[in-house]
Amino acid sequence: MSAVDATTDGLAAPKRLKRRVAWWKSAWFDVVQFVLLSGLLIWITWRGAASMDYRWQWYRLPRYFYRVIDGELIWGPLINGLFVTLEIAAWGMVLTLIIGLITAILRLSESVGGRVLAKVYLESIRNTPLLVQVSIFYFVLQPILGINNPLWTGILCLAFFEGSFASEIIRAGINSVHRGQWEASTSIGLSKTKTYLYVILPQAIPLMLPPMTGTLINLIKHSAILSFVAVFELTTEARNMIGDTFMSFEVWFVVGPMYLVLTISLSTLVGWLERRVRRHR
Amino acid sequence: MARNTGDNAMIRLEGVSKWFGNFRALCDVDLTVDQGERVVICGPSGSGKSTLIRCINRLEEHESGRIVVDGIVMDDDTKHIADIRAEVGMVFQQFNLFPHLSVLENCTLGPMKARGIGRAEAQKLAMEYLEKVHIPEQAGKFPSQLSGGQQQRVAIARSLCMTPKVMLFDEPTSALDPEMIKEVLDVMIELAETGMTMICVTHEMGFAKTVADKMIFMDAGQIVEAATPADFFSNPKSERTKLFLSQILSH
Ligand SMILES: Nc1ncnc2c1ncn2[C@@H]1O[C@H](COP(=O)(O)OP(=O)(O)OP(=O)(O)O)[C@@H](O)[C@H]1O
Ligand SMILES: [Mg+2]
Repeated sequence: MSAVDATTDGLAAPKRLKRRVAWWKSAWFDVVQFVLLSGLLIWITWRGAASMDYRWQWYRLPRYFYRVIDGELIWGPLINGLFVTLEIAAWGMVLTLIIGLITAILRLSESVGGRVLAKVYLESIRNTPLLVQVSIFYFVLQPILGINNPLWTGILCLAFFEGSFASEIIRAGINSVHRGQWEASTSIGLSKTKTYLYVILPQAIPLMLPPMTGTLINLIKHSAILSFVAVFELTTEARNMIGDTFMSFEVWFVVGPMYLVLTISLSTLVGWLERRVRRHR
Repeated sequence: MARNTGDNAMIRLEGVSKWFGNFRALCDVDLTVDQGERVVICGPSGSGKSTLIRCINRLEEHESGRIVVDGIVMDDDTKHIADIRAEVGMVFQQFNLFPHLSVLENCTLGPMKARGIGRAEAQKLAMEYLEKVHIPEQAGKFPSQLSGGQQQRVAIARSLCMTPKVMLFDEPTSALDPEMIKEVLDVMIELAETGMTMICVTHEMGFAKTVADKMIFMDAGQIVEAATPADFFSNPKSERTKLFLSQILSH
């Protein structure tokens, strides 16, 4: 590091606290910018709606969240839909990770049959539209297998879809651990399974977390597609509501942020998890 | 040496060959290492030194010939492979410590998970060996917090915790800064003095002269010369050995 760098980087740092920050770099200016921009967006929307004579009816929305009848709290369709979406997300994540792990291990295994099976699954899932897969699961597999539960058919379908991405993330994570780690484990007598468990996965998982979060967020977003096959999740409820009330603007403006809350909470949670896992390095 | 076939050999290689695709990395190698014997292997880069010792604990699979370790024949029987690995420790050029585990956990992982020894006993064993490599005070640190020489000594302790009968060293000091080489070699000399059977791939000729019972020179996948250190350094028979020694000793 040169002397110049040292003064700008390290030595000047305490001074910078006292010096006034230029106004266009201050946090206040960021806030003002944000407020102005969102104001502009809202104004454009409002003008657009006004020009097409849209009647805003925000006051009708709350009862679609909840109602209190005879002192009893009853969830409305939006909250019920949210619960179903959460259920899809929770089971979907578990199954996605299981399918991803099994596929990754099959692909990394020495068994030719296992590798071919995994490859066929990956290629067919990743190279066909999700909507077509949902239709195949719902209209073909569901009657053939005699499942009579659109929710579980949907969860399975999503898990198989996202599982293909998860498996690639897991495989890449495992491969990125140096092969010297395998050799050291082997030489102290650890079996393959124990090497995965105690040496490889603990090093690979922190690497997998960021891309895996993306896949799990996709799972939540893609769950909306199940509204095409009679699963009563958030988007289905929203579409039904619009059919009943014609409040399309209000409903989508509320449902969008509801998904945002889900996905952003998830990435915040994983971010926290990641910092915990990485603490020792 | 219950399973031994009567002779004093700890390791016996007979006509061992190994191919990587079309490339023959080992050609008909014969080698016998007696119990307690210290063998130093040297040779130019790519001559098959690593491949040879990696075949001894099945990090590489040989294609033909016979490998017997402490009376156990190396074949495709996973039980035999596991038994041999239990008797053979290995130290790598790049240390290969487990970065997510503390020094102590690096040393206890094998005993606990591969041997099923309890934590307290494994830790006691680990501290014993960390003392033997002179770094018991580093037990709570992580590998990334140690110098190269300290890391390599942890790697030696980690291997010793599995109480092997044979130790293999693959250029243990060539990734180290010069000032750290001695601390690792000193530990290896002390280990040799305990009577451990050792095979070391190294170009540290001072170490070889101190410790080796037998010097081996390899080139192009073959053992070109095997001799006592005295003969090997003062009076090498093969031209290739002479050339190699003149190059390496001139440094
Ligand atoms: N996994 C592999 N695949 C293909 N070729 C390999 C592999 N491992 C080693 N080889 C080749 O086999 C030959 C012997 O390699 P080896 O690592 O045993 O040499 P070495 O004597 O240990 O060399 P160095 O002093 O550089 O470590 C080299 O030519 C190398 O390129
Ligand atoms: Mg080598």
